[in-house]
Amino acid sequence: MSVLQEISQNVRSIKQLEYAVLARRANQIQKELSQGVRKPYKELIDVCWGDPHSMDVKPLTFVRQVLAACVYPELMSSHKLPLDVRQRAQWLLGRCDGGSVGSYLAPTGIPEIVQRMSESIRSRDGGVPCNPDNIFISPGSQWSLTNIIQVLVNNEAPLRTGILTPVPCHVTTIMSIKSLGAAVIPYFLSEEHGWALQVEELQRALESAKGGCNPVALYVINPGNPAGYVQSRKSIQEVIQFASEKRLFLLADEVYQDCVYGKNSEFVSYKRVLAEMGPPFSDTVELASFHSVSKGFMGECGLRGGYVELVNLDPNVVKYIFNLICKDSTTPVLAHFAMDLMMNPPRPGDPSYPLYNQQTQDIKNMLVQNVKTAHEVVNSLPGFSCQPVEGGAFVFPRVFLPPRAIQKAKEEGMQPDTFYCMRLLEEMGVLVSPGCEYGQKEGTYHIRFCIMASQDIIDQVLKRLTTFHTKFMKDFS
Amino acid sequence: YFQISLQCAVNGVPCRGKVLTVDNMNPNVKRVEYAVRGPIVQRAVQIEKELREGVKKPFTEVIKANIGDAHAMGQKPITFLRQVLALCSYPELLEDNKFPEDAKKRAQRILGACGGHSIGAYSASQGIECVRQDVARYIEKRDGGIPSNPDNIYLSTGASDAIVTMLKLLVCGEGRDRTGVMISIPQYPLYSAALADLGAVQISYYLDEEKCWSLDVAELRRALNAARQHCNPRVLCIINPGNPTGQVQSRQCIEDVIRFAKEEHLFLMADEVYQDNVYAEGCKFHSFKKVLFEMGPEYSSTVEMASFHSTSKCYMGECGFRGGYMEVINMDPEVKTQLTKLVSVRLCPPVPGQALLDLVVNPPQPDEPSYITFMKERTAVLSALAEKARLTEQTFNAVPGITCNPVQGAMYTFPRITLPEKAIDKAKEEGKVPDMYYCMRLLEEEGICLVPGSGFGQREGTFHFRMTILPPTEKLKVVLQKIRDFHVRFTQEFS
Repeated sequence: MSVLQEISQNVRSIKQLEYAVLARRANQIQKELSQGVRKPYKELIDVCWGDPHSMDVKPLTFVRQVLAACVYPELMSSHKLPLDVRQRAQWLLGRCDGGSVGSYLAPTGIPEIVQRMSESIRSRDGGVPCNPDNIFISPGSQWSLTNIIQVLVNNEAPLRTGILTPVPCHVTTIMSIKSLGAAVIPYFLSEEHGWALQVEELQRALESAKGGCNPVALYVINPGNPAGYVQSRKSIQEVIQFASEKRLFLLADEVYQDCVYGKNSEFVSYKRVLAEMGPPFSDTVELASFHSVSKGFMGECGLRGGYVELVNLDPNVVKYIFNLICKDSTTPVLAHFAMDLMMNPPRPGDPSYPLYNQQTQDIKNMLVQNVKTAHEVVNSLPGFSCQPVEGGAFVFPRVFLPPRAIQKAKEEGMQPDTFYCMRLLEEMGVLVSPGCEYGQKEGTYHIRFCIMASQDIIDQVLKRLTTFHTKFMKDFS
Repeated sequence: YFQISLQCAVNGVPCRGKVLTVDNMNPNVKRVEYAVRGPIVQRAVQIEKELREGVKKPFTEVIKANIGDAHAMGQKPITFLRQVLALCSYPELLEDNKFPEDAKKRAQRILGACGGHSIGAYSASQGIECVRQDVARYIEKRDGGIPSNPDNIYLSTGASDAIVTMLKLLVCGEGRDRTGVMISIPQYPLYSAALADLGAVQISYYLDEEKCWSLDVAELRRALNAARQHCNPRVLCIINPGNPTGQVQSRQCIEDVIRFAKEEHLFLMADEVYQDNVYAEGCKFHSFKKVLFEMGPEYSSTVEMASFHSTSKCYMGECGFRGGYMEVINMDPEVKTQLTKLVSVRLCPPVPGQALLDLVVNPPQPDEPSYITFMKERTAVLSALAEKARLTEQTFNAVPGITCNPVQGAMYTFPRITLPEKAIDKAKEEGKVPDMYYCMRLLEEEGICLVPGSGFGQREGTFHFRMTILPPTEKLKVVLQKIRDFHVRFTQEFS
């Protein structure tokens, strides 16, 4: 008998992703295509993940030039690299022990970089002070989130720790919560109202948890994932008031803060709204806000860099968080540098500014266009309904599956929207993910796909989706 | 909280205690300590700040010989590795003829395996497939042809990440059934911190200082049997070459450990990150996997094991890239599914670290342009370390009150220090553990930062410190001399 038959219950409780079965089939199809098997399409398009570079969005030149110069400083002696690139690389390397990106980072990061990060956050928040001591870097926002949830989870308490999480919610957070032995307390976003977060629903969710678990935190995603809403100031205030009243720790996942498209939408941070609400809220509500280098214009998912900023935490607790992070000194140096580049980009007058500005503008225009096109095309298809995508990286339309399709899915032992996605993959070579992956109201079905991709890819995806959907609805009518 | 709320009620003011307090937070997190970056390092950082601000001290710099960070101590990166990584970061450089062809070829291969040809794209959670294939090939070559399946390779964010992941997977049960994990004393404090964090039971087994810090199966058995009273021992962790002790285990010893693990039904975790750091005459690195397979099918098809490696040590010293992997052997397929699921929570390991690992397992070959320089640089690093290991042992052993086992491998020395009774009393007065007191004094007087032995574990009544052998030879000589002089002074002061 294997030694390992018994493993952690927490790990067991993490749900297997629907994506796994789709990915397996996609890999097979990929192999078949490379073996020359004839299909109605020449290549697979995977738009499941928020991974811009893999979907032909180019890295920013300034960022890559600086990183290359840091990795191989000999490059700085040539004048091929712009002056500001060389200066930035020199400054960054000067802050590393031994002047090398190969040395360990102090667990809380390089003080001068974190100082600049805090200044950038202050500037973002219209002057609300930011204390660098409350910023903790990590290999990604999810890593930080897991650390903070870990501190919140008390497995010695009589009731299991519970965390309010939105429906729909991207999977990684749910997995993290489960892996730590905590309970997910779902609260439904209101699709009819553009996926709005409604306090009455938060209240209902909280009530439902009574006796079952001990709710300690409220997790919000703004801008949303998979739903593309951007919370208004008023909405954020309501959430803060609720958290304050019900004594909940606020976890604000704000990684898409640079991805806002709606004309009337604006990202405003939870921290800023909290500060502007004044006392008692501003000096009591405990908040952790998360950001990363994976999204926005940089899209550097593979570098693995993120941070959490803590607001109003008990200083004694922060000491323990520091200890926890010390043993976990795992932020790659290049990722930390990327944080500096993200939050302190070239300014007008810098040699790299024109190109940098051009590239970011192009990406912004492309995203706005993609969102517009995707929203229009999907809404034009009978059987689809798509809420406005104000921000984030995804489109999350509702698909009204005919009863016969639902029946067929059951026969094949699949969730109805997974069945839809599987068919789309087989017939059109497009990989999107099913709404059941993220949670949705009973009896509703959705798909999620990423719009942080080149316009060509999105056009292809929409074209193939249109063809497929029309046929699918006809076949199962 | 009760007092505060009572007072608030009396004053008619709404009570606003914190939601997250020291009392209701995760109790396991409170038990986490990590000596390598603990209070002594914090003081060292403070002193550096004071020096920068112009405060006068008996020294002009703090020498941080506490952490195994080669580049921080002046070791140069390997040119080839950095060239390829620069090409991967900014592929426009592929047009630049200052870069050798073999570097370009490898960069192109790595980029070809990345989404959108960018190291900024997510990779598969288990790691880029062609990198895992290269790692498997490297292991096969290292282990004399014993097959390695890329599906059993999991790339990770440094070896530490993989170690913690395995522990997360294995630790379960309540009360008397709680998983017990055997770790050596002295040990690398990541293990004790991770066990505290997970609420696992730590089962300590002592390495034998008299016998060059070797591992004795009788001691393993003693520790295990005692532990069976209060927990469910399931895991045995070995660090070879050792940290902090530097011992390189003999082949016989490894066989004995494997036999023990089989008899006692334990999962073996073999931390082999220092596998290229072997210096002493007559010492050789034997991979646990190789020995396991050479013991025949009775063992090789049953003993369950994970071995760990990283890009942070050896000749590369690239701690900042966070590259590493583990190979799992004989893992139950269902458990492997769970492991694969668990690693996906982290999304993926840093891609530059994966690229670096690929180069480490796939270095320049004799017929390639970068070979000569690569080998020259690699040899220089390893032979410098060997020389410093020898110098350190010699110097310390000549100091009355310091005894030092040979530094057979890894990057540290863990000498035993004799502390006068009066010094021990003084330490107690100041509320410090004796070797912490010693190290703090050394820091304040000489600006040398070491880690006290208490941070790694040691036999009751003995004291040690861990020093890295990483400073450049000339500086190391100065450090050794200063520690020697300090020790003599200190002993005299408390005589």
